[in-house]
Amino acid sequence: MDLESIVKALNLKVRSGEDKLKEEVRGGYTGDLLSDVMGNSKEGDIWITRQVHQNIVAVASLKDHVGIILVQGCEPANDTLEKAIKEGIPIMVSDLSAFQVTGLIYNLIKPLPAESS
Amino acid sequence: MDEKPLYDGSFAVVGGSFDNAGQVSSGIKAILKKMGLSSDVVRKAALVAYESEINIVSYARKAMIRLRVVPGSIIIEAIDEGPGIPDIELAMQPGYSTASPRIREMGFGAGMGLCNIKSFSDIFQITSEVGRGTYLKMIIKTNSGSLNS
Repeated sequence: MDLESIVKALNLKVRSGEDKLKEEVRGGYTGDLLSDVMGNSKEGDIWITRQVHQNIVAVASLKDHVGIILVQGCEPANDTLEKAIKEGIPIMVSDLSAFQVTGLIYNLIKPLPAESS
Repeated sequence: MDEKPLYDGSFAVVGGSFDNAGQVSSGIKAILKKMGLSSDVVRKAALVAYESEINIVSYARKAMIRLRVVPGSIIIEAIDEGPGIPDIELAMQPGYSTASPRIREMGFGAGMGLCNIKSFSDIFQITSEVGRGTYLKMIIKTNSGSLNS
């Protein structure tokens, strides 16, 4: 499923990387500890977090994530947004909790069953 | 290493500057990608470089990160001037951290950085001298075969 379909299904507001929404979302990772995300997320993941500072852009870029969803109505800090625009990393925001966003996306893409079937 | 490196470059990292954290790792990733290395090994190298960079920014005064690419391996060294690590065994334990509240607020300092470096490197060495600094050497094999093959 591409990122654009997830944006539509969850009614996410896109703050950067509008031209990268056709990317395929292969899985996801939810977390606010950056080393946890660095160590355990995968290429092609959508990253769900409530960290808003600019280091999230470096993590998403180094790990080749398709984008970052900020939850609970969090908005990216100004320098975060600038960096994300420069590096072409989609940042999206949702008023829902990390639990809800994760569950909804999981149901849409079902990463594990799709792989094992 | 006797082989002439395919790439050899050093990058300065300044302690305390969280705003630019990740810049050196992004540069390293771009260089390795351009050299045509597989995205798997490029991501591993980017990860160990990033965790080293975050450690430097969090604890050291300044450091050099040196990247060398030789046939079969990527070698990354992080040489810092800083407080050093009194007990390396303890520092290597998952979850152990001496990070300040400020560092933790940003989602760093979870005591996972060195563990990540170790698990994503094929060879990892760490030495440290209290009051002087810490030296990390990380080697990532670029050929898919195992070390013994």
